[in-house]
Amino acid sequence: MTTAEETTAGESLLLPVPDEDGAPFWEYAARGELRVQACTACGRLRFPPRPCCPHCQSFDSEWRRTSGRGRIWSWVRPHPPLLPAYAAQAPYNVILVELADAPQIRLAGNLVTSADAPLNSVDPARLRIGARVQAVFTEVGGMSVPRWVLEKA
Amino acid sequence: MAATLKDATAIVGIGQTAFAKRLPSSEKELACRAILAALADAGIAPSEVDAFASYTMEETDEVEVAKAIGAGDVTFFSKVGYGGGGSCATVGHLAAAIATGQATVGVAWRSRKRGSGPRPWKNTAVQLPTPGQWTRPFGLLRPADEIGMLARRYMHEYGATRDHLFNVAMACRNRANENPAAMMYERPLTREMYMSSRMISEPLCLFDNCLETDGALACVIVSAERARDCRQKPVYVHSAAQGLPAQHHGMVNYWNDDPLSGPAWTAARHLWKQADFGPSDVDVAQIYDAFTPLIPLSLEGYGFCGRGEGAAFTEGGALELGGRLPINTGGGGLSEAYVHGFNLINEGVKQLRGTSTAQVPDAATCLVTAGEGVPTSAILLRA
Repeated sequence: MTTAEETTAGESLLLPVPDEDGAPFWEYAARGELRVQACTACGRLRFPPRPCCPHCQSFDSEWRRTSGRGRIWSWVRPHPPLLPAYAAQAPYNVILVELADAPQIRLAGNLVTSADAPLNSVDPARLRIGARVQAVFTEVGGMSVPRWVLEKA
Repeated sequence: MAATLKDATAIVGIGQTAFAKRLPSSEKELACRAILAALADAGIAPSEVDAFASYTMEETDEVEVAKAIGAGDVTFFSKVGYGGGGSCATVGHLAAAIATGQATVGVAWRSRKRGSGPRPWKNTAVQLPTPGQWTRPFGLLRPADEIGMLARRYMHEYGATRDHLFNVAMACRNRANENPAAMMYERPLTREMYMSSRMISEPLCLFDNCLETDGALACVIVSAERARDCRQKPVYVHSAAQGLPAQHHGMVNYWNDDPLSGPAWTAARHLWKQADFGPSDVDVAQIYDAFTPLIPLSLEGYGFCGRGEGAAFTEGGALELGGRLPINTGGGGLSEAYVHGFNLINEGVKQLRGTSTAQVPDAATCLVTAGEGVPTSAILLRA
């Protein structure tokens, strides 16, 4: 299947390269779950994931499921020069989403009209700081990657 | 032994190569040329150099430079990370080494072929594992995209406009128009050019971005005592600081509780604590300008105005010659050359020597800053 992420040149979008700390995020994403690392000792959430809690220094953690809801904190529209797969969809949007469950946690992503739609599928006029968004997941090169859709479509 | 860095050392030599989109020489050759020019300016023999400092992103190692220029035994060397955040720290590290007797003649330098060399963000699909996994798959590929995100939020929170960013670009271009060595010499900028230029990463347009430059710069640092016997008027390193704020993550500071108060705030607190004067006593500033929004953010961070007031500060010609705080008097990274901010250090020295092409009358104090957004550094220079 040719996905929206592939260009005519056959170049594809960059895949996340998980490190040891980030791997669980991507494993949960593959199940369609947006989870965030949480300290099991003090309960504080942290992002990006890391070996120990910056608040209580405990090395025990778990991955807590979030509602996948958030608000746009900021956004940009990159124009070329860009890597080929991105240039093919440019100008596209990149948004920064503040999670409803943990406003200090902000995830970079793309606002799209539906999970598998192109990165430039949303009318730029609809990009607004504060807009409510919901996480959805799409497959890119065999990995499940979160995207965002407007709560009020 | 000095208990403080305050005025214990001085910059006594500066050197640079030409700045251009394309230079035929290698980075190594450019480095050697800039360093030898700085030593000649100081009147110090290369064999006396016993300390080096540069950036981790500098491709030419001190081993190569020392061998090529004919340095003697080297007893201190240091490389500072985080790209443009390292510029002022190279001076700070050498000042500390010399003030504590670890070395006597230090050379800091940066050589870079960015105009004709590789652009890592454009041509490389290879992804750094952290924090790239959280940003690059989504198309935040370049520093301009990452700073654009902060800029949009800053504009939203404080009512900053593209006209404010233009004020920054214009001040730098006006100074470059006075500096024959600048890449943008004799290339005036107008508001219409700015407003109609192509977008790079909205809200940032072409003129919000620094130049792509081939070139190198260097400076020579010795003790204040030695400086008195040098050929040039000493420019004292009055205060130096680095800044890596709590919970910082590099260029994408989005996971900090307060992403709009970046590394500048951290560096500034230490910088001013060690100084005999404050922001209102600064005659001229060289503020790292890889992107225009870094100027209002830095004006706030270094205490020239309050939080959220950086954009308004740029109004009424405040950043121009004769304004409240003339900045980037050689043209800065936006219009003189982008060599990871080292040209700002040398321009600061020129101002305090009284030899700038856009001289602030009787300038006696100068702030120089390194890249904001990344772990940064800053120095206060005084005549």
